[in-house]
Amino acid sequence: MNTAGGAGESGVGADEMLAMLEQMTFIRRFEEEVQASFQRGEVPGTTHLCIGHEAIPVGLAAALGPDDVIATTYRGHGHVLARGADPAAVAAELTGRAMGLNGGRGGSMNLTDFAHGIIGSFGIIGGSMAAATGAGLSFRGTGRVAVATFGDGCANHGYFFECLNFAAVFRLPVLFICEHNLYGEYTPWEQVTAGADIAARARVFGIDATLVDGMDVRAVHRHAAAAVARLRTGEGPVFLECRTYRFVGHSRSDPATYRPPGELEEWQRRDPLIVARDALHDAGVPESVTGEAEGTARERVRQAFATALASPFPEPAVTR
Amino acid sequence: MTEFRAAIRQALIDELTADPSVLVFGEDVAAAGGVFTVTKGLQEQFGSTRVFDTPISELAITGAAFGAAVTGSRPVIEIMFGDFMALAMDSLINQAAKWRWVSNGQTAVPLVVRTTVGAGARFGPVHCQIPGTWMQNIPGLKVVCPSNPADAYGMLRAAIRDDDPVVFMEHKRLYLDEGELTDAPVELGTARVVRRGGDVTIVSVMKGVGDALVAAEALATQDGIEAEVIDLRSFRPLDVATVVASVEATGRLLCVEEGARTGGWAAGLIGQVAADALGSLDDVAILCTPDHPVPFSPPLEDAALPGPEDIRAMVRERLGGA
Repeated sequence: MNTAGGAGESGVGADEMLAMLEQMTFIRRFEEEVQASFQRGEVPGTTHLCIGHEAIPVGLAAALGPDDVIATTYRGHGHVLARGADPAAVAAELTGRAMGLNGGRGGSMNLTDFAHGIIGSFGIIGGSMAAATGAGLSFRGTGRVAVATFGDGCANHGYFFECLNFAAVFRLPVLFICEHNLYGEYTPWEQVTAGADIAARARVFGIDATLVDGMDVRAVHRHAAAAVARLRTGEGPVFLECRTYRFVGHSRSDPATYRPPGELEEWQRRDPLIVARDALHDAGVPESVTGEAEGTARERVRQAFATALASPFPEPAVTR
Repeated sequence: MTEFRAAIRQALIDELTADPSVLVFGEDVAAAGGVFTVTKGLQEQFGSTRVFDTPISELAITGAAFGAAVTGSRPVIEIMFGDFMALAMDSLINQAAKWRWVSNGQTAVPLVVRTTVGAGARFGPVHCQIPGTWMQNIPGLKVVCPSNPADAYGMLRAAIRDDDPVVFMEHKRLYLDEGELTDAPVELGTARVVRRGGDVTIVSVMKGVGDALVAAEALATQDGIEAEVIDLRSFRPLDVATVVASVEATGRLLCVEEGARTGGWAAGLIGQVAADALGSLDDVAILCTPDHPVPFSPPLEDAALPGPEDIRAMVRERLGGA
């Protein structure tokens, strides 16, 4: 993959970087379509979009092997797609269809696809940390890695402290990834979270913990790849705090009026798609090439939702 | 003859031997062998990768058991006292119980939670509760409760081999009871008629089964009443059919529950029996514990717990008029 034209200092080649841009663009357009479908009444219930977070699932997925597993959260559509789940099956799950990843039984917050190493998306804060910690128990000595993703809102939860301690004392091959987007639901993180950063909490357990630019897919990928390499040798666990920002509200009903004026715009200047595109342009990849990601993404999203919406709902008799 | 706790240990040994994916972990289960010495010697025999002590961390223990169970392991965890299940319940209810169904059958969740329950040992209000009823309303869980060493052995082996999460309750006042073990498999969720009788049906679990048998003998020899005694053996699945079949013959049902009346298994069972066989019922009654926490002081605790004399008295007063 790493061919001509390195994209910056990260060691990620232009081809790989282009593929990651395509994936991030795809996730962005997918999430926008989820929102639009929701507004049209096609996605029932609620949704939690990962718009703004895309560098994290994409940078992480590129560092994992097919035998590694991930446990993510209700804001996990991006991770599920980045791991290679069938986009039509994801769209079908969000719209409650029989061909959905979970057969329509789980919905947006519980996307699960064992065939692609997604042992679950967890609708209750902290569940992902426990699931990955337990997977780490199964993976001792195998070279396989379990990943937990969770938000900054998880950092004050019992699961957070119990699982970090548990994984640390048994040196489990678990990569803990905090997607720190500055808000726990509607509340600014610093109002409810003591201390300067969340990584410091992991360090007190003797866990190697690093603050990562979660808007730069190169940085996420570099740190995730280094962590995975360590974990495969039996050294673990590792903690990455990826600073990011969600460009939309917590869930479908949240207009996000609690943000200070200008904050969103400031973060949007570091939109992970823009950061990746700029890096590619700096590396000599022409705009005509990076621009192709857009059309490809839109077409894949269109097909996924068309397939999902044309497919039948589950039969109640079967799900009883 | 084998002690109840040794029967549990033997089931663990047999399943650890039979299946390398079985793990045993919990607080003080390994080096110390458990506070009731149920797991004594397992770490020496099977090594510290498969049998290990954990932090005092019920949420992580149970959550890790879930994660291990969906990735190829068959964990058997111990929650030292059933009361501590309150700390483990998010993982058990919102993950373990849900995942086979919610994933549309992508995974099994083969985990067992062993936990010590029950009053009468002067442990006070928060080391004696029976958390089975807390979890009885959760589809996806099995909640079982042996009353004798043979069932403890057979049901724990079945629980470890089960692909769904099983809560396995061990009454602390049964640990020293003795009995013969057999290799006969036990199907989880089935009740057992332990004594035949045509006048009244007495249903109980765990310690209450032995109490009911003592009461039944006294009723037979001193009162001329033949009681049928059913060991429910499981809170979920609930074997309503076996109780209905008995009640269709006796017409009278007494449930003996170590627990509060409201929200108890007895109330739920009677409701289902009524729904299925109202015409067969002449009378129903519940003998249970008072509506307050179980007290510490021996006379207070003894007064709060139903025993054989209470069972006999209630049958005579309420149901024994025939």
